[in-house]
Amino acid sequence: MFVSVFHLLATAGNYLEPVGPIAGTERAHLIKVIWVSMIAIGPALLATPLILWRYRRSNARAAYTPKWEGNRLLEIIMWGVPIAVVTWLSLHIWKSTHQLDPYRPLAEEAITVQVVGLDWKWLFLYPDQGVALVDELIVPEGQAVHLILTTDTVMQSLQIPALAGQMYAMPGMTTHQWFFAGLPGETRGFNAQFTGLGFSKQEFVVKTVTQAGFEEAMASMQSAPPLDEATYSKLAERGTPTETKLALGISTDATLRFRLAEPQLFARVLGRYHTGQPLASEAQPGSADYRAEAAALPAAMNTMPMHHHHD
Amino acid sequence: MTDSLCGNLTWDSIMLVKAWKDPNVNNLITAGAAAMIPVGALMVPLLLLWTGWWRPLFRDWLASVDHKKIGVLYIALAVVMLFRGVVEGTLMRLHHATALHGGVLSPDHFNQLFTTHGTTMIFFVAMPLITGLMNVVIPLQLGARDVAYPRLNQIGFWLTASGGFLITISLLIGQFATGGWSAYPAYTGSIFSPGVGVDYWLLSVGLSGIGSTLSGVNFAVTLYKLRAPGMTFMRMPLFLWTSLCVSILLVLIMPPLTVACITLGLDRYLGFHFYTNDLGGNLMNFINLFWMFGHPEVYILALPAYGVMSEVASTFSAKRLYGYPSIVVATMCIAVLSFLVWLHHFFTMGQSALVNAVFGIATLIIAIPTGMKVYDWLATLWRGRIRFTTPMIYLCGFLVLFVIGGLTGIILANPTIDFQVHNSLFLVAHFHNVIIPGVVFGMLAGLHYWFPKVFGFRLLESWGRTTAWLWIVGFSVTFFPLYVAGLMGMRRRAVDYADPAIQPYMIVAAIGSLILCLAFLALLGTILRSILLRKQLAVPLGDPWDARTLEWATPCPPPEYNFAVLPEVTARDAFWEAKENGTAYAPVEKYEDIHLPPPTYYGLWIGAFASVLGFAVVWHIGWLSLLGLLGSIAVPIAYALLPYREIILPAAEVQKQDEAWRCAARETDGVTRDEEAHATNRGLAKPDELEIEFAAAER
Amino acid sequence: MNSPPKLHPGLNLGPAHGDDHEAAENSIFGFWVFMMSDLVTFGMFFALYATALHATAGGPGPKDLFDLSSVAWQTGFLLVSSLTSGLALLHVKTHHHRSGAAIGPMLFWLLATVALGGLFLWREIGDFQAMAAQGALPTRSNWLSSLWALVGLHGLHVSIGMLWALVIALGVLLRGVDQRWKLTLLRWGVFWHFLDIVWIAIFSFVYLGGLR
Repeated sequence: MFVSVFHLLATAGNYLEPVGPIAGTERAHLIKVIWVSMIAIGPALLATPLILWRYRRSNARAAYTPKWEGNRLLEIIMWGVPIAVVTWLSLHIWKSTHQLDPYRPLAEEAITVQVVGLDWKWLFLYPDQGVALVDELIVPEGQAVHLILTTDTVMQSLQIPALAGQMYAMPGMTTHQWFFAGLPGETRGFNAQFTGLGFSKQEFVVKTVTQAGFEEAMASMQSAPPLDEATYSKLAERGTPTETKLALGISTDATLRFRLAEPQLFARVLGRYHTGQPLASEAQPGSADYRAEAAALPAAMNTMPMHHHHD
Repeated sequence: MTDSLCGNLTWDSIMLVKAWKDPNVNNLITAGAAAMIPVGALMVPLLLLWTGWWRPLFRDWLASVDHKKIGVLYIALAVVMLFRGVVEGTLMRLHHATALHGGVLSPDHFNQLFTTHGTTMIFFVAMPLITGLMNVVIPLQLGARDVAYPRLNQIGFWLTASGGFLITISLLIGQFATGGWSAYPAYTGSIFSPGVGVDYWLLSVGLSGIGSTLSGVNFAVTLYKLRAPGMTFMRMPLFLWTSLCVSILLVLIMPPLTVACITLGLDRYLGFHFYTNDLGGNLMNFINLFWMFGHPEVYILALPAYGVMSEVASTFSAKRLYGYPSIVVATMCIAVLSFLVWLHHFFTMGQSALVNAVFGIATLIIAIPTGMKVYDWLATLWRGRIRFTTPMIYLCGFLVLFVIGGLTGIILANPTIDFQVHNSLFLVAHFHNVIIPGVVFGMLAGLHYWFPKVFGFRLLESWGRTTAWLWIVGFSVTFFPLYVAGLMGMRRRAVDYADPAIQPYMIVAAIGSLILCLAFLALLGTILRSILLRKQLAVPLGDPWDARTLEWATPCPPPEYNFAVLPEVTARDAFWEAKENGTAYAPVEKYEDIHLPPPTYYGLWIGAFASVLGFAVVWHIGWLSLLGLLGSIAVPIAYALLPYREIILPAAEVQKQDEAWRCAARETDGVTRDEEAHATNRGLAKPDELEIEFAAAER
Repeated sequence: MNSPPKLHPGLNLGPAHGDDHEAAENSIFGFWVFMMSDLVTFGMFFALYATALHATAGGPGPKDLFDLSSVAWQTGFLLVSSLTSGLALLHVKTHHHRSGAAIGPMLFWLLATVALGGLFLWREIGDFQAMAAQGALPTRSNWLSSLWALVGLHGLHVSIGMLWALVIALGVLLRGVDQRWKLTLLRWGVFWHFLDIVWIAIFSFVYLGGLR
């Protein structure tokens, strides 16, 4: 039944209309928390107008106890109800936070996608399939997906509300987000962390396709233009998706799909921040001074990138 | 030449020049606002000279170390800054109503707007409001003559004001930051945000932060050491308990903010690597530091409002506060727990589920004492005789709306839900829901409640009630749609949006923001209209609400020394008890000389040099920075070496003033509840017959 | 007046000082509260330092830079200066409850403290210069930024303490050891000892810990 509901909503793009089980559970949590909290909050909301009306000064028939300042039983209820509700909610938080830990591997077999946040677009690298896409994430239906996130600029936050919540991506570090793809369809994702002028344009499309469709798409990209260091350096220049396409001399409604010519690209992007050398503003993607030719990626990492470990 | 003399400052830095050269919508809006600064800077001195008001302004206000006057200065600063904050908020709401795929404002302008709006509202509206109110009320409720360190109090105000000066001048000269009020690096580092914007943020927030630390020390010592004889901790009015918690919080949590400002400043000015992307810098440290300050800050703002609401609930239902010990315990719990939850501002930074769960649960636990307080206020109203005065209307709005804000807080405390609504308008709606009904309603209720105490006349009830309803309605219409838009996936700080389904909500919110503008104007109107009618509204006898605590045991306005003789406290509602026993205005046997701190321009000098220092540092003007720095050091040294002579008010003089007031109070027959808001209320109000009967029966 | 001999933590003037002793209660208590705030400031810098321990970014680390003998000298100067500051305060406590007490010994100990503070700063600045000569500037790495900021902040406090002591010396010469200057001395004493405590933390965690 779940599946059919997701299917009906498969074109919607927000948290309230999830298209995958993770976001679905997250929405269920929202509803559950609201109902449970109502046990403590509802009485207050109901009692406020009733008390204000009943004990208005013009009502001479109402009781009045000016010196009354405490009642043991009432005190126990007043502390007890919030404590009970919070205890229940705490147990829920304990369970749900572990259950929906974005770092928790969801399956042995998963599609691994390395994600590089740029100003103001997302680059998705598929190391196993040897392809790369800009602002387009293609996943096969029902499969577990493992996103490994970093940025090559300031901190960003990747969110695909209909599939999973958000996770920060930070330069020189990796963070992780696991989710299950839903049924075939499209939904949207975006950067949720403010990053400056083009921030609101940093959205991308998530395409859930059949297994066959996925293989076909991956295969078709083997003949796409190569994503090598030079192309990457151009992509990294700050600009909205439209501006980037114009800068690269391609049509604004074309998709940016590549064959991943540099398999070490992700590691080298991480390595940019671990060379032990200062990074001039011309060499920092996202800076207004950035020049592609001044921003060579390190050939080999001097230091292992600092992994943001999950203990 | 300009390089050394004016640092990075050029003609083009001045907004008016920029708008002249490039008159587009964004530049014109900013220039229009900026033009108010030079116009004001010319008009105000001229007006002061013309009316001759400059003399009393300097002598009686700027040089005063009287806590009541410093409190009023804080509140005046807050109201002026509130004007800017409300206008900016409204501009953003109006912009969003049109911002499907675009909108009126440019991204750069919008980004500055939300940054200044947040920074102004937190540091230069909410903080001065609570500091101002605490200044006015603490010594009076405590039965003290002033705060522990009157001069330090003045310095604290002027440091806050110099921060306010910097954020204001940024409108005219240069521009403000675009990185949000929380200023996360690396975005705010020198590589991504060159220019003066972030420097303005650092200096204005840093300076006002030092001012707040000093206020915290001052209030903490006042509350510990200057309590009237017999005023044990468990007899302190609730507002004092919340103030005590706030003072402790200020002392302990302003340093992380100061350190965050200093270290980010070192990165930007001297090329340090605290938060840069390269050479080991770690932006997560800034985020931690900021929220180690930022979360307790929420309670610094909210706790005094809880204090006000406790006073209001009790006074206007003519009843003892229900569950005083519980509320005290709850207040302390909230203060302590507020240190332990900062991480919930970034559940999404990749830490382990364990850490997230622990901080999520810690956050939930705060809901227990907070919920408890709401029940206690309701129990206070229960079986009371409720008068729907202006503060009571704010309390009603608070009880309903704040509870909803609490609910959304519980929602956000769940990491799994936070993953989805973090960084969305849902979050924006939540914290406005906590801060407007929670903090602003509390402060406005307090303003109405204590206004006559400070100025000697009441605010007009009719206008006051209308204003309160406008705030309540304006808030609801503006922010409830934002919850929905947030759930629909609209990100905070996004200049525009692509989903047409969001636009209707944005239009409703824009209408709401106009109602809030109206509410602000109505607030000003209330004050102005009441000033005009001050003779009718005067309440010189001091107790217009038939209230319960010590501040009402003084005339309105109280003399500079507050109490002719320090009161002896024997019960929780000290003044109420005295009225019941008939000793409230009894003659005093013996008066003594009163020592008062002399007026001084100490604070004003510090503020002036701090402003110069801040401005010069922002614009990299070396010689001026040095001047500001040396001045800021020289002023305390000079005042330390100058002679210090207290003013001694002879006992006979004190006796004359005090006896006149006591006699008048004894000879006046107080007004009944029905006349509370009438001109016949001269500051002496009394319970109904019915209330007296019930009280006698209960005994 | 029957005020208790101890009204606030630290050295008290004692009931023999009458009103001055009484007045110290609020003044010194408030200064302690302020010092707690300052302690949090140092705590935050220590925390930043702790997270930076491995963030040397390929640049020099503790073992390349720290000169323990210089640090030992600095520690010695500062510890002895705590003693001399204490002697200055003790002189005030034991002599200045009556009028006409000589201020010479007090001034001597006060200026000796300033001199020892100066020696401390002289060695510390020398260390910083040596580090700069090896390219170990705060611009080199996160660890060096944190080190310079933490140790520098302490050095700044020492400078402020010295300036303050000089102002006190001047004030005492101008106006004698009256109530105002007694209370200032007591506050300065708390401040100076506080610097010692912070230094011991720096010495243990930063220097000894770094060379471990």
